[in-house]
Amino acid sequence: MNHKLRIACTKESLKEIRRFVTQTLTDLHLPEIEVNMLVLAVDEICANRIIHSNNCDENLHLNLLISETCDGLTFEISDLGAPFDHTQYSEPDINQLVKEKRKGGLGLMLVNRIMDSIEVFKEKDHTVYRLFKKLTIC
Amino acid sequence: MNISIGKEEEIYLIGIEGDLDASSCINLDKAISEAVSAGEKKILIDCTNLNYISSAGLGVFMSYIQDFENNKISMVLFNLSKKVKNVFQILGLDELIQIVDSKEAAKTLINES
Repeated sequence: MNHKLRIACTKESLKEIRRFVTQTLTDLHLPEIEVNMLVLAVDEICANRIIHSNNCDENLHLNLLISETCDGLTFEISDLGAPFDHTQYSEPDINQLVKEKRKGGLGLMLVNRIMDSIEVFKEKDHTVYRLFKKLTIC
Repeated sequence: MNISIGKEEEIYLIGIEGDLDASSCINLDKAISEAVSAGEKKILIDCTNLNYISSAGLGVFMSYIQDFENNKISMVLFNLSKKVKNVFQILGLDELIQIVDSKEAAKTLINES
């Protein structure tokens, strides 16, 4: 089953994105901690896309598609912003972030820990993030 | 998200209610920054009504660890829900930030430090 959301690229949309993901996952009867981690991973990618790739422009939109299959859940986040090259990303050392008093740098670390695979690709004029979480659903 | 500020003897108490995300984390940053500017040395963070935290919220706490160490300021978070505490644990931030189960335990810990 597929679930779709199209929403404006504003920071205020993040709450609605989390509500949508939480509601979609409710029927799967997953533990609350598991649901929260999946919501968090989607929230992190959406926040990155809204803030860094779409400059919080309310005239631009972000699409979220959640698909359930027997072996897991796929979350596809797409928008017209420039892609971030995930293959060039190297995880920062958390102790270094502390030393540098940094506030950022944790989002993708969380997503990498939570999801089983992350793909980034272009589809026509859209940048697509495909996150997959292995779960026994059927 | 709402932030409440209180003072109990020499302890500065910050309460967080709602979702701490990229949109709201600036309010927590401001509250902690004001406590530091006012010379507070003992800061308790009441997470009883904290429903959600993202990396932006974690980042605010992380960015003060070094300053707190340098200026001998103690900060203790208490009463986190299991799902919120889990987010700290994913990256091991629960080992860098003091987290306890209750306000009483938080007061004991901060008065010992």
